[in-house]
Amino acid sequence: MSVDLATVKRVARLARIAVSQEEASRMMGELNGILGFVEQLSEVNVEGVEPMTSVTPMEMRKREDVVNDGNKADDIVANAPASDRNFFQVPKVVE
Amino acid sequence: MTELTRLTIAEAREKLGAKEITAVELTDAYLGAIEAANGALNAYVTVTPEKAREMAKASDARIAEGKAGALEGIPLGIKDLFATEGVHTQACSHILDGFKPKYESTVTQNLWNDGAVMLGKLNMDEFAMGSSNESSYYGPVKNPWRAAGSNADLVPGGSSGGSAAAVAAFLCAGATATDTGGSIRQPAAFTGTVGIKPTYGRCSRWGIVAYASSLDQAGPIARDVRDAAILLKSMASVDDKDTTSVDLPVPDYEAALGRPVRGMKIGIPKEYRVDGMAAEIEELWQKGIAWLKDAGAEIVEVSLPHTKYALPTYYIISPAEASSNLARYDGVRYGLRVPGKDIVEMYENTRAAGFGKEVKRRILIGTYVLSAGYYDAYYIRAQKVRTLIKKDFDTVFAAGVDVILTPATPSAAFGVADQDMAADPVKMYLNDVFTVTVNMAGLPGIAVPAGLDGNGLPLGLQLIGKPFEEETLFKTAHVIEQAAGRFQPEKWW
Repeated sequence: MSVDLATVKRVARLARIAVSQEEASRMMGELNGILGFVEQLSEVNVEGVEPMTSVTPMEMRKREDVVNDGNKADDIVANAPASDRNFFQVPKVVE
Repeated sequence: MTELTRLTIAEAREKLGAKEITAVELTDAYLGAIEAANGALNAYVTVTPEKAREMAKASDARIAEGKAGALEGIPLGIKDLFATEGVHTQACSHILDGFKPKYESTVTQNLWNDGAVMLGKLNMDEFAMGSSNESSYYGPVKNPWRAAGSNADLVPGGSSGGSAAAVAAFLCAGATATDTGGSIRQPAAFTGTVGIKPTYGRCSRWGIVAYASSLDQAGPIARDVRDAAILLKSMASVDDKDTTSVDLPVPDYEAALGRPVRGMKIGIPKEYRVDGMAAEIEELWQKGIAWLKDAGAEIVEVSLPHTKYALPTYYIISPAEASSNLARYDGVRYGLRVPGKDIVEMYENTRAAGFGKEVKRRILIGTYVLSAGYYDAYYIRAQKVRTLIKKDFDTVFAAGVDVILTPATPSAAFGVADQDMAADPVKMYLNDVFTVTVNMAGLPGIAVPAGLDGNGLPLGLQLIGKPFEEETLFKTAHVIEQAAGRFQPEKWW
């Protein structure tokens, strides 16, 4: 399988990365190189093989369903590019 | 003072304990060495001298009180991927511009609890994506090693290139690193240092910037096998904040050194004899086999038939996980923000300006293989092949093999700005051909220096073990180290 320019642009849009025309065509070549490389997986017989979900057989540990952390609003917004009274500020979303 | 930086962790521990030197003296020696060398090597992206001296002073006080921890007063460098409270933590990416976390990663907290001293943050490939340290926003790291008679700059490997270079150039006593496809073992091999990627789950991933969560593991890079054992003992722990961390006691790895390897079965996988592999790598491998045989181990040929599929599987699974993990960098909660006419354009502009080329490439591949219509053909198929890769190892270990011996890398360190690698991302990816299988199967792997190539550059061997049998790796690597000797670069910087 290979990707065309329109697909690269669509995927970049899905990934929320702005790409110029030149970037998109350069990436198209690189992505097709990588997709060509991974193509060899199609020769592996995976009939009846379970997809891996965990390398070590383990049961996920669960903790008590209680509040054990919090009251750190100042810490949480401390690194925000724009914040106001413990709210993250973003460009207007709703008209 | 400079000779203080030549001490291994074990040697420094002894001198500190005997009060022959102080932690402040040791830390000052390293800070001086960094100051003198970092302009040339670019191993550190941030140095924290005040914090280091403060921690060293506290260490001296604890030593005086007889309350020294296992790493009391030992100056370490920390890969920029680990969250360090109030200190530069950017995974060497522009998108985390100015990020100073309000929390500490579990691994680094474990080290500080044992008395270690932080010297600063180490350079790395952006978001740990790379094999040459050239994708860092802060520019490439230079390998302290150069080919004999040459002044051409070589890469230290990646992604933990800063960690490996700093350890090899005596700019820290040891360093933290992480390994998703070979990022501890390949740079260790390129710099003549020892690096171990422990079993998945041995170290907590909490507070480590995520790249591919099912593969990422932290581990140390150190000057010798003993130091690597000392560091891993401190780094490893079970952690409530990482449910994939494993609740098993952490053994005294150092105690494994010197235990006999007599009677052990060492597997030699025939699939690792890849086309076009340098004759020197094959010779090194044979030397390793001979050393272990001399020590009384039994050598057996084994087969890991799905080896060649590990790298293509990796280049589906790791970008898929990365595209999901890196979705959080949106210009809202931390780091860089580049304005746009609406929120979507703000996201797109921020991510276009904040991520470098290699990171964008992997996010796009990941987004593509997870997108509707391709998910089964790529992602699910890759996860099935991953099961087969792990089964290969299970079969070999079930047949009585204790450890698998392979080369660590297909070549020695290559040049900074290598044109072939720059032109073809897949060529760069092939650096990890011997290491990536280990991540796919979640196994522990150690790279240990074993010799020099014809140009005088270090080469490493890799040992792969059963899950949570790091002790077996340490004792076997120690036998190789005893036979091969240790390797240090000639100072040019």
